[in-house]
Amino acid sequence: MIYLAVLAGIFLASAWLEIVVRTRVFRRWRRLLLTLAFTIVPLVIWDWYAISREHWHFHNMTGVQWGLLPVEELMFFIVVPIAGILSLEAVRAVRRWPAGDEQS
Amino acid sequence: MTYTQIAVMAVFLALLLDLGLRTRLVTRKVFWVSYAIILFFQLLSNGVLTASGTVHYDGDVIIGSSSPEGVRPPLLGDGRIAYAPAEDLLFGFAMILGSQALWIFWGRRGVQREPVSGPPIWERLPRPHGTDGRGPGHPESP
Repeated sequence: MIYLAVLAGIFLASAWLEIVVRTRVFRRWRRLLLTLAFTIVPLVIWDWYAISREHWHFHNMTGVQWGLLPVEELMFFIVVPIAGILSLEAVRAVRRWPAGDEQS
Repeated sequence: MTYTQIAVMAVFLALLLDLGLRTRLVTRKVFWVSYAIILFFQLLSNGVLTASGTVHYDGDVIIGSSSPEGVRPPLLGDGRIAYAPAEDLLFGFAMILGSQALWIFWGRRGVQREPVSGPPIWERLPRPHGTDGRGPGHPESP
């Protein structure tokens, strides 16, 4: 269950930025879903391959799996990119540094 | 392929993506500062997952060696940084750069470019002198 707690920690440590720094990442959920859809594919393929070749294995998991992949790993591939995007938008909101998608 | 090889390849692919999408995040301050924040939390959460024995790695596919069941890997050394394989830093960098580049790419393509982020709640938009103080707003239209 430690893995679930870590996931919850990552989510809580990043999600507050949406409210306090007004990152507006969840508000732009269509753009977020599109981004996650492309990110998750190579990550799942890699993880599936690595688990099948026993590059890594897990203990103390919920036991819920999608094929070879523990559900915790799938959640990790969603929660961590969201945290990264929240971090990017928070730094941009505070420092007003350009990130490349500004209206010209 | 080993974890080491795949992780190095992932960094190259993420850099290629950032270049190919012309997001060029690796040339921007906003990327490096946000990555530094993520890196701190990665070391923390990876450290918990590896030190607690939740995730184990095969010594044949990483720089370091396998950690036997029930034995905590070294905090630093034997290819480990904060208990986790050094390869995890490459993997994390690739995942963050790749997902951020895609996010910026879709925004530039016009997918919910707006509403833009900010300002933080502790900042108020400058308001013209003599307004009623009802907070941020737009000057009256002529």
